[in-house]
Amino acid sequence: MTQADFDDIPGTLLFNADRSRKGYHLNMFCMSLMKAENRDALRADQEAYLTRWPMTEEQKQSVRDRDWNKMLELGGNIYFTSKLGAFDGLSFQQLAAKMTGVTQAEYADMMLKGGRSVEGNRSKSEWKRG
Amino acid sequence: MAKIVAGVATSHVPAIGAALDNGKSGEPYWVPLFAGFEPSKKWIAELKPDVIILVYNDHASAFSLELIPTFAIGCAASFKPADEGWGARPVPVVQGHPELAWHMAQSLILDEFDMTIVNSMDVDHGLTVPLSLMYGQPEAWPCPVIPLAVNVVQYPPPTGHRCYMLGKAIRRAVESFDRPLRVAIFGTGGMSHQLQGPRAGLINKEFDNRFLDLLVNDPEAAVNIPHIEYVREAGSEGIELVMWLIMRGALADDAKEVYRFYHVPASNTAVGHLILENS
Repeated sequence: MTQADFDDIPGTLLFNADRSRKGYHLNMFCMSLMKAENRDALRADQEAYLTRWPMTEEQKQSVRDRDWNKMLELGGNIYFTSKLGAFDGLSFQQLAAKMTGVTQAEYADMMLKGGRSVEGNRSKSEWKRG
Repeated sequence: MAKIVAGVATSHVPAIGAALDNGKSGEPYWVPLFAGFEPSKKWIAELKPDVIILVYNDHASAFSLELIPTFAIGCAASFKPADEGWGARPVPVVQGHPELAWHMAQSLILDEFDMTIVNSMDVDHGLTVPLSLMYGQPEAWPCPVIPLAVNVVQYPPPTGHRCYMLGKAIRRAVESFDRPLRVAIFGTGGMSHQLQGPRAGLINKEFDNRFLDLLVNDPEAAVNIPHIEYVREAGSEGIELVMWLIMRGALADDAKEVYRFYHVPASNTAVGHLILENS
């Protein structure tokens, strides 16, 4: 099993050493939101709060944009980025809907019908469909 | 001597805890799920274990990226429910069993499993939701619980084989504790689910049910499932299933299945549940 095998899984970013190293400050920024005083500080002045964290500009922009998939690409881990989601008042399912590009109702309906099938979702080659 | 009498596997979906805590367990969405655990509640009320060893993973609650122990054992006298960003769950404080936990830590380390010893730790839904599923909403949890936290967030988590061998070492540790305790071990997390990215919502009933069968009848085959197969087939968070192998390793090879339940969905996740008893 090599990294290439994991990279071939579509729509999935393994939280490996490289991503963890790259995303450390982004994730620790998210972790800080476990404390009420930090949530208050972010709410009061997002830009000022972001300067406290030595993230890359691209990471900061993904936070400003609430671009959840971008955060993952830049080393974010879902258990950490979901804390920013919770700060915004989003449930895990609402967050999942945003990451999969559907409405929450559509996402919830998919789950009720048994979830996303693994058929057609094992390899990136299966996602090359127009 | 202490002995392990039974094993329980169950998912630990946070939404299940939220449904209970917010009085929604009677809603049509949740009724089938909680009904599936009614026989388990009766079973454990009869079994009355003296101690539970609860294998779970922390979800960036007690451990952030500052410290990432692969295997951590809670040796404290008690563990508070963690505030996961919206206030702690309104569930009882978890009482530990420091004597057995410390004995296990020593035994496991000398058995070449380098455990991280934790004397102060809050426990998140990964630990409290399984207790809620098995015991409902009591004033206090009926017995002490030893938390055993496994890293499955930062890749790589331990292999299935390593987890299974840890289970066997846990059995040796428990059986060398000089008190007549009847111990149950829980393996939690899973089953198939993916929380992240464009493939979120993945569920694989075939994989899950095959895993349940293997866990009961052919654990050695389940032990050899590589990480890539969990991630590809059961979703990036489906890899939590390696924790079930710790529970299975701690039981006798011929442990018997006494109950099984499978349900889709609970929020983003397939819920699987097994009860095994040593003969």
